[in-house]
Amino acid sequence: MSDNYFEIIRPGINTTFQDKGRDHLYHIGIPFSGAMDNRNYLIANKLVNNNLDSAIIEFAYQGPHLKYTGGKINFAITGDVIFIIKKGETEIEGKCYESYQIENGNEINIISTSKSVYGYLALGGELDIKLQWNSCSINTKANIGSNDGKKLDTGQRVNLKKINSNKDIKKTNYINTKIENIRVIKGTNFDYFSEEGKKIFYEKEFKVSKLSDRMGMRLEGPKIENIVNTNIKSEGLIKGVIQVPADGNPIIMLSDHGTVGGYPKIGAVASADYDRLVQMAPGSKIKFKEINLSDAETLFKLYEMETQNLLSQI
Amino acid sequence: MIKNISNLGDTALYCDFGNEVNKSINSQVIKYFKTIKEKKVKGINNLTPSYNKLIISYDLKQTNFNEVKKNIENLNVETSLKLNTKRIEIPICCHESLSLDVKRLEKILNLSRDKILENFLNKEYFCYMTGFIAGMPFLGDLNENMRAQRLETPRVKVPKGSVGLTEQFANIYTFESPGGWNILGNTPVKVFDSSLEYEPTLINPGDTVTFKEISLDQYKNYNE
Repeated sequence: MSDNYFEIIRPGINTTFQDKGRDHLYHIGIPFSGAMDNRNYLIANKLVNNNLDSAIIEFAYQGPHLKYTGGKINFAITGDVIFIIKKGETEIEGKCYESYQIENGNEINIISTSKSVYGYLALGGELDIKLQWNSCSINTKANIGSNDGKKLDTGQRVNLKKINSNKDIKKTNYINTKIENIRVIKGTNFDYFSEEGKKIFYEKEFKVSKLSDRMGMRLEGPKIENIVNTNIKSEGLIKGVIQVPADGNPIIMLSDHGTVGGYPKIGAVASADYDRLVQMAPGSKIKFKEINLSDAETLFKLYEMETQNLLSQI
Repeated sequence: MIKNISNLGDTALYCDFGNEVNKSINSQVIKYFKTIKEKKVKGINNLTPSYNKLIISYDLKQTNFNEVKKNIENLNVETSLKLNTKRIEIPICCHESLSLDVKRLEKILNLSRDKILENFLNKEYFCYMTGFIAGMPFLGDLNENMRAQRLETPRVKVPKGSVGLTEQFANIYTFESPGGWNILGNTPVKVFDSSLEYEPTLINPGDTVTFKEISLDQYKNYNE
């Protein structure tokens, strides 16, 4: 039993523990998982003085309502999130990208993400959770990770092994930029699609479907016609790959994706744009812009420099 | 041998061994997979062998496409060596309560239930790959007269342990999952055990698998 813990009054829609994810397991069918929006994950940990690869609470759309028992602790929330901190009778509206100190009996109520999908709650210290393959990341479809691979539920406790608290609050001015254009690299089956289909892919607008989750993002829009074969022999996938099944609607593989698949791949999202892609809520408009591999590698270097720069300012 | 290396996105090499699906090409893929896995090449964080492709994923923070490609091209893969693999016998119960698609198979294959089972059980299968869901083995090849298309409308939930057939392959659902394969029976054996961190998969690429029929009683008492 831990002396410091959060009790979950309301779990939220899809609340899980996440970290950097797990590697070297694709060959047995286990994806990376890990925090969907990597930059916001890192910033949250930095704001509470944690190691950057510490376990964190990720939520989608609606977050958890938590009540704290224990000694003073710091927390920070990142993303585009509306939340309330309750200290006794006082309720204050919290700000993202700012650390707060709370104490015994205080509550954090994460109302919702605003025009985005994922938010992150970092708790100063160390969560008392079991790792699986060196990662806590919960994959609810495969029941892998901490909490028996299940999302967090009402009444359960989030225990802390260690807490750290600091009266000096930390903050940063990060703005989640929204982009409509997602940059993609041509896929290995690009030539399976008709000239018209290729044009549609790069020129038309798609809409993010409600049927999107940590496994994949489904898109709706004009159909992309396949003129070769709508099935290929199953082969490996990576996150960001865009498959087009027989119905002509693209599906983008996200962090909990199936490791092999048999639909033709029209493209793959540039790594530099992945964080922004996953934050596109159902109904968002999305357009693809073609870039080549060396552009994608340069963009990633810039993305990485910017991330390191942001972290060093905290 | 690898026929061509291209990029899949900006974080993976797409190694193409050909378009056919057969044991000889797949064995090459598996040999490359095992060699690269042992060598621990800089920046590589995942390998996904499949029938005739090998996807090599890498961390773009540590390396890039050209560097990994060069490393793979310079790798000495001993393709003439025999694969070091296991033979595994999997118990299967084909009682009507577990053999969800036997009627459909009888119709499509134009064979009786007994004949279908006889064909299925008297054959040794080769594990081409594992994946899709954790630990799911893709086993081939089924006899020519045992090949059926997947269900037009996939099941939302295929029970854990189900043994399914599609085209030239059989698979085993390692946990409950959506799926469209024709279910012939169910195995009580844990084909994937996540509590075994180092060896969670019972069947690995290159292994040989046979199925042995058990009764419903044996099935029910198997894990006691």
